[in-house]
Amino acid sequence: MSASPPDPGRTGAGRADPALSIHRLDVELGGRQVLHDVRLDVGAGEFVALLGANGSGKSTLVRTAVGLVPFTGSIRLFGTPVERFRDRSRLGYVPQRAATVSGVPASVGEVVASGRLTHRRFAGLPRAADKRAVAAAIDAVGLSGRTRSPLVELSGGQQQRVHIARALAGEPELLVMDEPTAGVDKENTEALARLLAGLSDQGTAVLLVAHELGPMRPLLDRAVVLADGRVVHDGDPGAVRDAEHGHTHLHSGQPDRLEPLPREGVWP
Amino acid sequence: MIGLLDYEFMRLALVAALFTGVAAPAIGIFLVQRRLALLGDGLGHVALTGVALGILTGTTPVLTALVIAALGATLIEVLRIYTRTSADLALAMLFYGGIAGGVFLINLAGESPAALNQFLFGAITTVDRFEVGIVAVLGVVVVTTSLLLGPQLFALCQDEEHARVSGVPVRLYGLLLAVMAALTITVAMRTVGLLLVSALMVVPVAAAQQLTRSFRGTHLLAMVVGVASALGGVVLSYEANVQPGPAIVLLTLAVFAVAAVGRVVVGRAVKGWGVRETRRVPSG
Repeated sequence: MSASPPDPGRTGAGRADPALSIHRLDVELGGRQVLHDVRLDVGAGEFVALLGANGSGKSTLVRTAVGLVPFTGSIRLFGTPVERFRDRSRLGYVPQRAATVSGVPASVGEVVASGRLTHRRFAGLPRAADKRAVAAAIDAVGLSGRTRSPLVELSGGQQQRVHIARALAGEPELLVMDEPTAGVDKENTEALARLLAGLSDQGTAVLLVAHELGPMRPLLDRAVVLADGRVVHDGDPGAVRDAEHGHTHLHSGQPDRLEPLPREGVWP
Repeated sequence: MIGLLDYEFMRLALVAALFTGVAAPAIGIFLVQRRLALLGDGLGHVALTGVALGILTGTTPVLTALVIAALGATLIEVLRIYTRTSADLALAMLFYGGIAGGVFLINLAGESPAALNQFLFGAITTVDRFEVGIVAVLGVVVVTTSLLLGPQLFALCQDEEHARVSGVPVRLYGLLLAVMAALTITVAMRTVGLLLVSALMVVPVAAAQQLTRSFRGTHLLAMVVGVASALGGVVLSYEANVQPGPAIVLLTLAVFAVAAVGRVVVGRAVKGWGVRETRRVPSG
């Protein structure tokens, strides 16, 4: 199954603009300049990977792009400045370390449905289209048999897939993902890459932060490399060698890759 | 039980218990999910200042407690958002300020702090029709809001960052949640008392989640546990001639204990049954 393409009805103003356009972006956090003069465009249907060493500013860049971090410069989503962007259903976001388990058990279906809120009427019950989109998103990440399972019963990799499904449930036109493959084994990383390539073929713009290109390399349109908060490469993924980035993770406090998760299963 | 219903004060107490029992966990579940389980305690202390203000000014204490608790809830959100104050630190300051303000104002009113006891520990059997009316209206508001805005509040409490990106007005809903908690405190003030109100918001949720696998299931079952415990506690207090507030809370804790033990026992039984079935397969 593949996730639904962007709604053709959501056309009109801003359709010809890039999904994401960043121009002369500077970000300062805690008195330290984290991003310097960043410029980046992601067009409709483009599949772009954002790479760089830990501390290079990748996560800050994507968090700023979706409106979570104050900045100077210009960020436009579908032609609208991010601070005035209201059509949030066009944007899907997978945080780096999503709050996986809260104080109360929540089922996979409930968490994924929370990604569909922008399509729902205020205080209204979900419509058939909402239910279909949620089911399709869960199916797209290979968890259709676990819809009623509590999130806490899933492995770390499966929980990550649930958060990807949550972003897909909104049927976004721009999908921003902060290290969605962290903790996911090689086979499932390949499955994710195939899913994202399929979405980009259908017109969805994808910006994905990754440690390394790995199996995604042949499916990407562009690779952007950050170093010390500056874009040092924006273009052919073939020009980026994973080895350049591999050594950066050796100095990281974070695990480079988790052990393969037993009985997790591969996406369809 | 029939004799209990012969008295109007007991009938009023049961009505107040019904609305308290359903409203407290209805909003408490979102506080537990957001890891703010002690918010009810903090607001309970702030409401004490409101009670003392009511006694000092000759106003109905339930109304002044409602206003002061709502202001306290707003203050917590403002401190959390606009200052470098974590939620637990903001809560701690409300704890201290609320108690100090309550005792200070009650002294100004020329009363002993003992005058606050019925609000600290609850005095459900002394509520009059006007107070029961307030409790009923607030209870309906809290439960209706928690059900209608359930998906939005769930998204906020599950993952605030994702909710913000999704266009959920997180500050507005965070404030709404805090004010709803303040309303619930006021609802429960005369039932279980300000010192124990948080228990009725949190323990039914803890009991329910022993037996459920979804947020919605937990939400609904927690309200059932809350109502059963509140009504059962009032009956128990009548039969055993003890204060209703502690009886309600102890009954809620007993439900939690039974649910927790039941979950472990059933879980082991199912596991054991599974092992026996596995062993039978090769021999069959």
